[in-house]
Amino acid sequence: MKGRSFLSTANLSLAELGELLFLSQDYCGVNNNHKLLPRTLLRGKMIALVFLEASTRTKVSFERAARNLGADIIDLQTGASSINKGESVMETAKTLQAMAIDALIVRHASSGMPSFLADNLYIPVINAGDGWHEHPTQALLDLLTIFQEFGSFAGLNVLFLGDIRHSRVARSNLFAMKTLGISVRMSGPATLVPPEMKALGAEIVTDIDQAVAEADVVYLLRIQWERQQSGFVSSLSEYSKLYGMDEERLALMQSHAILLHPGPANVGVELSAAAYAWPRSRIEAQVNNGVAARMAVLHWLLADD
Amino acid sequence: MEQLIRGGTVLDPSQNINGRFDILVKNGQIAAIAEAIPETGCLVLDATDKIVIPGLIDLHTHLREPGGEAKETVETGGRAAAAGGFTGITALPNTNPVLDDPRKISELLALAAKAGHVRVWPVGAVTKGSAGRELAELALMHRAGARAFTDDGHGVADAFVARNAMLYCQALGVPFFEHCEDESLAGKGQLHEGVVAVKLGLPGITKSAETVMLARDLILAKETGCRLHIMHLSCQEGAEMICCAKAVGVSVTAEVTPHHLLLTEKAADGYNTNAKMKPPLRTAEDTAALCRALADGTIDAVATDHAPHTESEKVGDFSSAPFGIVGLETAFPLLYTHLVLTGRLSLMQLVDRMSTRPAAILGVPGGTLRPGAPADLVIIDTTTEWVIDRTAFLSKGKNSPFHGWAVYGVPALTMVDGRIVMKNNRTW
Repeated sequence: MKGRSFLSTANLSLAELGELLFLSQDYCGVNNNHKLLPRTLLRGKMIALVFLEASTRTKVSFERAARNLGADIIDLQTGASSINKGESVMETAKTLQAMAIDALIVRHASSGMPSFLADNLYIPVINAGDGWHEHPTQALLDLLTIFQEFGSFAGLNVLFLGDIRHSRVARSNLFAMKTLGISVRMSGPATLVPPEMKALGAEIVTDIDQAVAEADVVYLLRIQWERQQSGFVSSLSEYSKLYGMDEERLALMQSHAILLHPGPANVGVELSAAAYAWPRSRIEAQVNNGVAARMAVLHWLLADD
Repeated sequence: MEQLIRGGTVLDPSQNINGRFDILVKNGQIAAIAEAIPETGCLVLDATDKIVIPGLIDLHTHLREPGGEAKETVETGGRAAAAGGFTGITALPNTNPVLDDPRKISELLALAAKAGHVRVWPVGAVTKGSAGRELAELALMHRAGARAFTDDGHGVADAFVARNAMLYCQALGVPFFEHCEDESLAGKGQLHEGVVAVKLGLPGITKSAETVMLARDLILAKETGCRLHIMHLSCQEGAEMICCAKAVGVSVTAEVTPHHLLLTEKAADGYNTNAKMKPPLRTAEDTAALCRALADGTIDAVATDHAPHTESEKVGDFSSAPFGIVGLETAFPLLYTHLVLTGRLSLMQLVDRMSTRPAAILGVPGGTLRPGAPADLVIIDTTTEWVIDRTAFLSKGKNSPFHGWAVYGVPALTMVDGRIVMKNNRTW
């Protein structure tokens, strides 16, 4: 896969997903034991972080992953707005390419920006989240977390709950999960669940309690304050009462089921403090797995044979 | 000076002519149509194996001048029109500054006269600056030569303003052209609210963003008696509403673009900015319904919505790219190939919808080969294949989603007032 960009889960085959997941699983072991880190694998490689939208955990996670493999990092600290438009982002990317940077890790608020860059560059572009479109490394770490729990994807039923419309996490997971044969259900306020998700392979459900009771994985999505201002929901407190994960709903979950959240969580809105701390919540495992999954992606794209 | 166009198959919906005829052009007018007109030392244009039709008329052309000369000028747009077989085009008012007063209309006409090529009819703005608040000087602009009014680029959001504009248009006897878009529904939408938008993670534009304003305008047109013309209809529901409105006597006409007839939302997949326009490309059900509506006359005309942009504007991430594509040079061959040759529309119907009816909607000469009419006509080559090459367009705008399509029905010669303005893609 050397030299290819990593933009979306939609075009990853079953074999490729499997390869990435096994590699991620391998790195999970060494990630927590610093003596075992393969610090020579990407020695001499220079990777640029181009984050033009706020991010803490994804950026740190990528940086950690790159350093674990011995790569050097250039963090493009920039007043984001000055180069935010397509043309100027491209100019910046081409400048970095001309300086013999080996790969770009890009986050941008505009859906499709990483693929636009990849179409016009010869170095690999890694999508670290673009608008509402995709966040493929997040999906990979989520799948790793699920795999670690269940040892297989066969017959699993995953429920995504919340702001589906604006969620790149839901999209990247949906596309990969369909390839892996996982049943995907989605629910949330009607304003935030596009009916077209059905055509993309998800089942849209309205009885949340029943869906929670039937799920192996309940994946809560972050709901943002701006959604109230822009008229998608009447209030976060109403949202919390109707769609939030509280003790009552936790009690409905199957004993083997787990809870995921891409973070950062709004405790008290999409989930209660009790849900966050619930023993079968895997939110912290997700963060830990993020480093391993990103090591796998960097290895896959950049390692010399 | 006399010219004899010999041996072509002549189609003229205005006289229901369809057959092998010669056409004699004298002093810029059609002098005669007959079988075998004798040659009397005049210039002979051989149209053997070709078809001869009245010149195409475009109700929806963005010439970008003044203010957008990097995208297009009256001159380059005129060349592109001649190359596409158009003998008359409109100049939409969303320039910078907006064509919203009589002086700007006169200036535009002066630019058109200087450019030559084809006829240009200005369409004035409905409101000052097309800002949707105060009515522009519609009557004075009409006197200066504006043939219709629109705030295209936007709908007239305020119903009271729209109603008053319709009353003015009714009194002036000119059509009110509406770009139907309720911006509270369209929001920051980038393409049709459908499976492609949801897959790409882009905000969508619902059909209701179009049909809500369409419904309002049909009601206002009925009440005011104004001639309402709906621009770039994009969906099945809109066609159904227009069909019903016509049945109850609303004075409404509608246009559809080649791209809304031939492309769906799928064209935008992969973030193709050359498939980004307003209204957005919809679904296969919509293209089929629009095609049927064009054939049965519910939709009166084809218009290009020729919207040139520079490469640097159009190349970028999807959300930053401007809306719109070019259309003058590809409209006829695309529809000839994909509607006529596939049997969905007769050639006579296509000529009617691209020439005769647009002339009637705008109330301008043309759209006919009747003796005495100006010699505005096109000779079409139906046998040579053309692979559309956007880099070879005469328009400054190269933003076309049809690059690489193989088509037939390419205009070989365009004549305006008996003057040859285009022959084999050379323009004068």
